[in-house]
Amino acid sequence: MIELSSLKIGTKTEIISIEHSSIYSKLVEMGFLVGSTLEVVFKAPFGDPIAIELNGIVISLRKDEAAFIKVRETK
Amino acid sequence: MKIALFGNPNTGKSSVFNLLTGLRQQVGNFAGSTVDKREGFLTIGKERYTITDFPGAYSVYPRSKDEKIVYDVLTNKNQEIYPDVAVFVIDAANLERNLLFFTQVYDLNIPLILVLNMWDLTAKRKIEIDIEKLQEAFPGVQIVTSNARLGFGKTRIIQAIQNINLEAQRSFFIKEYLIAEINDQEKQITETTLRYQKIKKLIFEVEKINETKTDVFSRKIDKIVVHPIWGYAIFIVVLLIIFQFIFSFASIPMELIDGIFTNFAAHTSQILPTGVFNNLICHGIIPGIGGVVVFIPQIALLFFFIAILEETGYLARVVFIMDRLMRPFGLNGKSVVPLMSSVACAIPAVMATRTISNWKERMITIFVAPFMSCSARIPVYTLLISLVIPKIYYFGFINLQGFVLFSLYSLGLVAVLLVSFIMKFIIRSEEKGFLLLELPSYKNPRWTNIGISIIEKIKLFIFDAGKVILAISIILWALASYGPGNSIEETLVKTKELKSFSDLNEVEKERELASVKLEASYIGRMGKFIEPVISPLGYDWKIGISLITSFAAREVFVGSLATIYAVQDDGATKTRLIDRLKRDRNSKGEKTYTIASGVSLMIFYVFAMQCMSTLAVVKRETNSWKWPLIQLLVMGIIAYLSAYLAFQLLH
Repeated sequence: MIELSSLKIGTKTEIISIEHSSIYSKLVEMGFLVGSTLEVVFKAPFGDPIAIELNGIVISLRKDEAAFIKVRETK
Repeated sequence: MKIALFGNPNTGKSSVFNLLTGLRQQVGNFAGSTVDKREGFLTIGKERYTITDFPGAYSVYPRSKDEKIVYDVLTNKNQEIYPDVAVFVIDAANLERNLLFFTQVYDLNIPLILVLNMWDLTAKRKIEIDIEKLQEAFPGVQIVTSNARLGFGKTRIIQAIQNINLEAQRSFFIKEYLIAEINDQEKQITETTLRYQKIKKLIFEVEKINETKTDVFSRKIDKIVVHPIWGYAIFIVVLLIIFQFIFSFASIPMELIDGIFTNFAAHTSQILPTGVFNNLICHGIIPGIGGVVVFIPQIALLFFFIAILEETGYLARVVFIMDRLMRPFGLNGKSVVPLMSSVACAIPAVMATRTISNWKERMITIFVAPFMSCSARIPVYTLLISLVIPKIYYFGFINLQGFVLFSLYSLGLVAVLLVSFIMKFIIRSEEKGFLLLELPSYKNPRWTNIGISIIEKIKLFIFDAGKVILAISIILWALASYGPGNSIEETLVKTKELKSFSDLNEVEKERELASVKLEASYIGRMGKFIEPVISPLGYDWKIGISLITSFAAREVFVGSLATIYAVQDDGATKTRLIDRLKRDRNSKGEKTYTIASGVSLMIFYVFAMQCMSTLAVVKRETNSWKWPLIQLLVMGIIAYLSAYLAFQLLH
């Protein structure tokens, strides 16, 4: 289990859990669901925020927000 | 019939709106709010349709001020604005995520048309969508495809609108559905998760993605655009290009407008019979309107560039790379756009903060935006610089005057960062800021959308700032034209009796009279009244008068000085005014305009909230007088203290 915030660029992963927090419903609305596959496609300078490709869309997330999402590597 | 457009952001909803309404649209506000409401009209046969473009949202549950409108309208059927028909626009290439909000609207039982927009992209990305199966899942909904960017689909959408069956048999996507209370997070989450589970099942049947293809082109550009060095370098170049246009090229139409209004006022004053009415129109209203119109070229240019950056997708990347830098100051990556706009004018800047969903980040951005040096400060800066700063070159190429101008702009930026940093600790908020932002793929800009966006922004500026600037101009005109009792008459008579007066020629006499009249007026008295307060800053009552009059708009400062010193306004160079000011001495026989008082005055203008229209817009955007009043006070104190310090140190 890896925190999304510490993921390297290009690793393909699957969401295994999303912590409940004030932005939980916002994450879900954007398509962050348990079982969805995602990949960090690039990061801003200083490594924060990060850009994630999810369902063919690129979404930016601050590192604190990404910390709520736990993922595991997929092949 | 009322038609409402809903959909996620970046689905081409605005393109569908423009496609249906063309240029027959208007911008207003949603009742009881300051959110822009875009409304357009469509006539088919005898039926006239009013189409409202609602802000893009990812679900009915709002996450920003704009999105709350969507919740408000959808959850209250008794409202006047409640639509007869909803047209829901979906990015067909992103069916799954778009369906969340769609199914929520579907379950609200509004007559519904589903537009699968960007249909061409599905083929490009090898996505197959089984429309028949989709139709089975949503009985009673008409499904049409379109490609609004290229202008396809208009007839299909119009047909669907004509064929709408207001009593169509519908089912529910989720039977247990209840639109949860706005604040009930738990219910929202349960509802959303349930919905997604069903959508996943549906997608499995309806959509076949043959190949997951990432947008290679966009990724390649992103590599450069978010690069730690190139990313910022590109952004700085983009800024320089924009500012070059705003400052250098916009001055041509601005001077033209200025000239037209000056001539127009002069002509009108000759045509109309002399009297109060003539005076009000030619010295109050026409220059007042001129003071609004003169900023249009800059605002149009600024929003032209911002719209291009937004349309191409670049602006989202700017937000992305700036967010980390802005955060330590309590700001958001999205604060960059308002701060950029502020260099032209704080009014559109304050309006541009609406996209910042976090209340605290938004308030700080609104609060500090007016510190950026706006275009109305330029005439003040250039006048004072040519007045007190010598034309010296260091090392042969660093121009001292240019350096001072650059320093004034930098000073504004420093104030932005410092004040926001302090405010970060003062404003308390439990709400956590977030940056869940879609970074759309790069696209060619759509010129009609850009044109429409510029027109909207100019309209907002004219009606928002225009009203205030005009009203203040008229009040100031009255204060400058009248004095207590018949003091003005008496001064005029006295001046005419002076021996020195009779030696002047006709034009000089007229200017001299205007000058003594202003001195005797209410404003003249106010200027003298505040002199003890401003003399520690190095200003006399004449500057005091100009400080008061420039509350309408900062650039009025220059015109007021010209009137007070009874010199002719000789256009952009202001040589006559500068000569006159250079010779001016105060009651002690010292020069009024020295490096000390000049720099003090420039610094005062960097910081002081000398702009009623900005205050009015802040009041409107924050819904209370609290923020604009604090802003006025804080900016005033900073301005006063820094100007005082500058004068005392340089004196």
